[in-house]
Amino acid sequence: MTARSLFIPLTLLLVLAFLIGPFLIIVAASFSAGETLNFPPQGFSLRWILKVFTVESFRASFGMSLFLAIGGTAAALVLGIPASYALSRYKLPGAEIVRTVVSAPIIVPGIIVGLALLRYIVVPFQVGITAALFLAHTALVLPYAVRVVSASLDNLRSDIEEAAVLLGSSRLGAFFRVVMPNIRGGILSAFILGFVTSFNQVPVSLFLSGPGVRTLPIDMIAYMEIVFDPSVAALSSLLAFLSIGIVFAAERFLGFSRYV
Amino acid sequence: MSDAPYLSLEKLTLAYGDTVAVADLDLGIRKGELIALLGPSGCGKTTTMRAIAGLLPVKSGHVRLDGADITRVPANKRAVGLVFQSYALFPHLSVYENVAFGLKLKGMRGTELDAKVQAGIKSVGLSSFANRKPAELSGGQQQRVALARSMVMEPKVLLLDEPLSNLDARLRLEMRTELQRVQKETGVTMIFVTHDQAEALALADRIVVMKGGAIEQIGSPEDIYSRPVSSFVADFVGFENIFPLEQGRLKTSGGLIELPGQAPSAAGLAWRPRMVTLGSGPFRGTVRGTSFAGDSREYLLDTPFGPIKAEVEASQPAHALGADLSFDLPAEKAAPLARFA
Repeated sequence: MTARSLFIPLTLLLVLAFLIGPFLIIVAASFSAGETLNFPPQGFSLRWILKVFTVESFRASFGMSLFLAIGGTAAALVLGIPASYALSRYKLPGAEIVRTVVSAPIIVPGIIVGLALLRYIVVPFQVGITAALFLAHTALVLPYAVRVVSASLDNLRSDIEEAAVLLGSSRLGAFFRVVMPNIRGGILSAFILGFVTSFNQVPVSLFLSGPGVRTLPIDMIAYMEIVFDPSVAALSSLLAFLSIGIVFAAERFLGFSRYV
Repeated sequence: MSDAPYLSLEKLTLAYGDTVAVADLDLGIRKGELIALLGPSGCGKTTTMRAIAGLLPVKSGHVRLDGADITRVPANKRAVGLVFQSYALFPHLSVYENVAFGLKLKGMRGTELDAKVQAGIKSVGLSSFANRKPAELSGGQQQRVALARSMVMEPKVLLLDEPLSNLDARLRLEMRTELQRVQKETGVTMIFVTHDQAEALALADRIVVMKGGAIEQIGSPEDIYSRPVSSFVADFVGFENIFPLEQGRLKTSGGLIELPGQAPSAAGLAWRPRMVTLGSGPFRGTVRGTSFAGDSREYLLDTPFGPIKAEVEASQPAHALGADLSFDLPAEKAAPLARFA
């Protein structure tokens, strides 16, 4: 083999190592038998994996993260589905502006979104911590909801709604009878994408978390500041495998990648 | 039975925003008629059909159906069926469920529903496909499902948008027969929209030729085919040699030409390529192009009239390119046009 024909496979290998390497290190570290977060791990044990389930604050913050990911994504879909429908079916004045505004949370760095929410919404209006987190996560997931649902709406012919109306359905009825069932895959995909996005969110949650109310990633950072044992690595591994499992299942059963 | 039309459009004006698509249209259709709305794209035929269905709000004028003014009746309460050009079947529902959709909304349940749906599917010959999804059917089968889905609702008027345009030649004939059978068996009033004159001539009782949002001519297929009222209609139904008349003389690109015999009083004259006499006559032309079309042969001639298209039986001896021929445009065969352009 010449140097030239080796170049591309070698580059690929390096990129893959760069992308997956840290993950493999974390996974290896979480099976360590040692007392501190180390690589290479010292010995093999499941003690840190098991310990994760006994830490009280992890359980509380996991519950909070789960609530925000499910509730925030659901709220984003309740807002996002009608918005996507309007954007895809009607030529509305200012539709492009709406599209841009809705996408803003993807473009604007999370730190800025978090700070702005804290400074101009949470503090002046005395919004509770849980409510503030809920609002923020809804806003963060909304762009994904609109994008993914719009994509599946664009693939659906709009004349089936007219067909339903001519067969006696109301406009709203046609939406629920023939539009919703046909974009179900897109909605589920949006839900999964939103769930994962919300669950892994750090910068915005960092600003809005407060006494006693934290999301899991924030709690993990807080934990690491005090304790430096492999349980954080163990927890990270568990979360990563959970995400991989969800996305894999979604791809297998829904053809997830068609929508994202 | 009274002579009052079953469906009538009165001074119907339709617009998309500020753009008027159809202006002051008047049309009366009798019960059980099979009407074709014929015209090129943008002539307003689809717009008119959508207004009859209630999918497009009427700007001014009235739509009356079966004695009632339905101008402001919403589309879901009109009892008007529509077979979409794309068929618009519900992709998530089986053939059976597609056909049952409207009946269920009417509140029909149980054995009555089942009997009606089965009969509907059977009538279009798809009984063995009842559990298939639309994606598992061919285009022709999908269209028959769409037809059955509309017909089980027993609509007062059935609208069809370009019903044959997505089908191949063999299926076209099949579907044409199917539509005529449905019409004969149920007596439903049918209106179909098409840009294909052959489709309109073959299927319709009456043809409404539209141009620029207005009706250009209404008549039987024979009327439209043989007696077009205007150069537009003539051109649309295959008259390829069309000239305006000026003081009894043909106005051609080669100047005014007097025809032998009595000059008809009309705005113009039109000849089909078949009506041109080749090999004899007072005029001469040069063969510029020729093409063989099975049982006939077509010629393009360079003449004092400008280019002339002629068609003769293939059994006649062929003329070579460049051949100098005599020909005639017999005035008695020409279709006189009341309007030009």
